[in-house]
Amino acid sequence: MTPTDPTYLALRMKAVESLLIEKGIVSSEAIEAITDAYERDIGPMRGAAVVARAWVDDDYKRRLLSDAPAAVAELGIGGFGAETLVVVPNTARIHNVVVCTLCSCYPWALLGLPPRWYKTPEYRARVVRWPRRVLTEFGLTLPNDVEIRVWDSSSEARYMVRPQRPAGTDGLAERELAALVTRDAMIGTGVVSNPAS
Amino acid sequence: MSADADILGGDATGPAALPRRNGELVFDAPWESRAFGAAVAMARAGVYAFEEMRELLIEEIDQWECTHNSTNEAWSYYAHWLTALERLLARHNLLDSAEVEERMRAIALHQDHEHDHA
Repeated sequence: MTPTDPTYLALRMKAVESLLIEKGIVSSEAIEAITDAYERDIGPMRGAAVVARAWVDDDYKRRLLSDAPAAVAELGIGGFGAETLVVVPNTARIHNVVVCTLCSCYPWALLGLPPRWYKTPEYRARVVRWPRRVLTEFGLTLPNDVEIRVWDSSSEARYMVRPQRPAGTDGLAERELAALVTRDAMIGTGVVSNPAS
Repeated sequence: MSADADILGGDATGPAALPRRNGELVFDAPWESRAFGAAVAMARAGVYAFEEMRELLIEEIDQWECTHNSTNEAWSYYAHWLTALERLLARHNLLDSAEVEERMRAIALHQDHEHDHA
């Protein structure tokens, strides 16, 4: 059994870390470099930049859908989760949603670390069985004629959704479009809406 | 700086700007961020392949889910992460649980001692 008392876990991690540092296996600075990056620099704005580029540039969109790792590398994005990235496009008829049923595989390099709910047993089991109902719980009610496709991420393929560009955004610049793209829209538990409409 | 870098670094106020701007902090507690950072830092340094960590994490989560009713029992993702990390370190002969528990006792004792003098 895994003890889940936070005080116990904090103490246990403190002990692990102090031993690792003492043995010279990892340094405090190396740990902080990672946590700082994920808390400050690596987040959904990267995926949003990719989505916005694909909205404004059809050639880029084609490259993104056929070879996502190479396409995101064009925007300087690489690293954990980018090398096995697969981008699935939403259309008027198909809505995609991403899960990892085994653990919590997620395109870290594009979206940062997953939200808490993405890692829960409830989401991981239920979205596969009752996707339409789960999306409704996220406030997303799709017309019945829209097919929902659920993508199970793994170490071989980490999925990201390319949401549909909202209507009435023709006049917006690429970076204004990027600012509309939410994390949930790229997981597929949301869609991108036009704030002006 | 290229236009692309500008887009990536770009608008800090949009809904996608930072993980925490989606209404949720990345980590619930500091120890979770240390456990995450340590596991990734060691993978980066080549201490092990991150895939090994992932496989153990899957095992830990699976074991928990086979023996717990997920809807009404406490779930801690990072508790499984930490257990997987310790198993991985033990497998590579870098750390064993007896050492960890001894260090926990030492830290706890030290903290109590500090408290007495506070």
